[in-house]
Amino acid sequence: MQAGTANSTLIHGAGGTPPGGHAAPTSHKQTTGWLVMPSVGVLLVWMIVPLAMTLWFAFQRYNMIDPTIRGFAGLSNFQDMVTDPDFWASLKNTLLLLGSVLVITVCLGTLLAVLFNQSFPGRNIARVLAISPFFIMPTVAALVWKNLLLHPIYGVVGVLAQKFGFTPIDFFAQFPLASVIAVVSWEWLPFALLILLTAVQSLDTDQLEAARMDGAGPVAQFFFITLPHLSRAISVVIMIETIFLLGVFAEILVTTNGGPGNASTNLAYLIYSRALLQFDVGAASAGGVVAIVLANIVAFFLVRTVARRLET
Amino acid sequence: MQQSLASRIAIALIGWAVALLLFFPIFWMVLTSFKTETDAITASLVFHPTLVSYAEVFQRANYLGFALNSVVIALGGTVLALLFSVPAAYSMAFHPTPRTRGTLLWMLSTKMLPPVGVLVPIYLLFKFTGLLDTRTGLIIIYALMNLPITVWMLFTFYKEVPNEILEAGRMDGASTWGELVHILLPLTLPGVASTGLLSLILCWNEAFWSLNLTSSQAAPLTAFIASFSAPEGLFFAKLSAASTMAVAPILVFGWFSQKQLVQGLTFGAVK
Repeated sequence: MQAGTANSTLIHGAGGTPPGGHAAPTSHKQTTGWLVMPSVGVLLVWMIVPLAMTLWFAFQRYNMIDPTIRGFAGLSNFQDMVTDPDFWASLKNTLLLLGSVLVITVCLGTLLAVLFNQSFPGRNIARVLAISPFFIMPTVAALVWKNLLLHPIYGVVGVLAQKFGFTPIDFFAQFPLASVIAVVSWEWLPFALLILLTAVQSLDTDQLEAARMDGAGPVAQFFFITLPHLSRAISVVIMIETIFLLGVFAEILVTTNGGPGNASTNLAYLIYSRALLQFDVGAASAGGVVAIVLANIVAFFLVRTVARRLET
Repeated sequence: MQQSLASRIAIALIGWAVALLLFFPIFWMVLTSFKTETDAITASLVFHPTLVSYAEVFQRANYLGFALNSVVIALGGTVLALLFSVPAAYSMAFHPTPRTRGTLLWMLSTKMLPPVGVLVPIYLLFKFTGLLDTRTGLIIIYALMNLPITVWMLFTFYKEVPNEILEAGRMDGASTWGELVHILLPLTLPGVASTGLLSLILCWNEAFWSLNLTSSQAAPLTAFIASFSAPEGLFFAKLSAASTMAVAPILVFGWFSQKQLVQGLTFGAVK
């Protein structure tokens, strides 16, 4: 459905150019295909070489500091992995992190997009402030949250808790995964808001007006007009966030180091610790294969969604 | 749309409350950066503003070295990505072939390869080729990482240029190169600029490859800030000062490129 129809459409250019205009530039036909080749070439290498190496290493015994460990490993890296409680914990944490952040950012993002679509004094400034967290580098975001905000004794939340007579909580020690989820949600809520706000703005106000005339309240308008209009943007937000959230790493490295135990270890952190802390290339690569498979499932849907919109 | 005064006030209040709440961590970071270390851990709003933490970050740590690495790597990665993507996007937008659509989608799919899935091979390749902890290494990675996004964004911008303009240039005898440099580039300069800006933002904030592939020589600001996670002592004010300097330029860039960001990050799927 996607490939055949659009491929035949060679029309391009802005606003309603008649097809005859330049659909078949016979006299000036240029072959510029070679200009695409450098990009395709480097991306091909960038994709195939590491992918092949990951697959290869996943079936090898290979330790970076112990040269005596070498040779074909068969499926033993994968066997070790599925019998390793850390692996299952990391898979669970990866999915919990992904699911929680997606629910938080998409739900709040949708509500905030509708909110910031209303006009109120200083809306543009408020909007800029609200989307700012997206531009903060992950290491800064994580350390500001861990120290300035959530430090049990000196952080703002801790100080306020003490002032009102509560026992301060060491969030990153007691609720490590939930704390990481909070930081990552703070980083990605502005992204969801930004994308969904753009989508809300393209909503036909006449339609809302008509619905209002017919007696639809704000809630009904939201569920029957705004939300269906946003469905496509929401699916795009979900898919793009998924790709990035599967690889959350810096936020964990600088706050909990995956701990206590494996309480906040996700797949990305597990692979890092197997590869660069334990130097076990085989085990890390087996984990890498799992990460690639997970991401590919998402990629399949994302590419399909984007393809529907693409005109070449 | 007519709304009652009460509901309009409520919307304004909620809107501002949400905005201030989301911005609070950043505000607090900037505020703390102007405190002394003793003031920083009291979480109070009343203090004597001082630049002492900034001075100490400059003195103690090689802040400028890290900042320079960030600038060189982000600019290098962006320029390299643009060098590859400008001609590619030009060709695909103005001389599409039956394969163009598939090529674009394939490029998008390379972005789906999770970095962590290929950490091991990239690390080993870098180790064997001596690229580990070099700016060149990160520049290459960042260019490749952003190439699909820059191709897509430029493609979207180029599609909005009427082909007639290029046709006219061709009539006047412009070569492909002349067409690209003298006609298209000036026309789409804003588009190229915002593409570059998005790439800069993504490079600047990238914290997977930079943390794993650098140690001292080529470490950018993301890695410098990560060094504050060491448990010995609490340096809230210095952490804040270093963080504020690390995020300020990109935050300002981000404010100015919101619109383009949406297009670039969603591959044109949301406009």
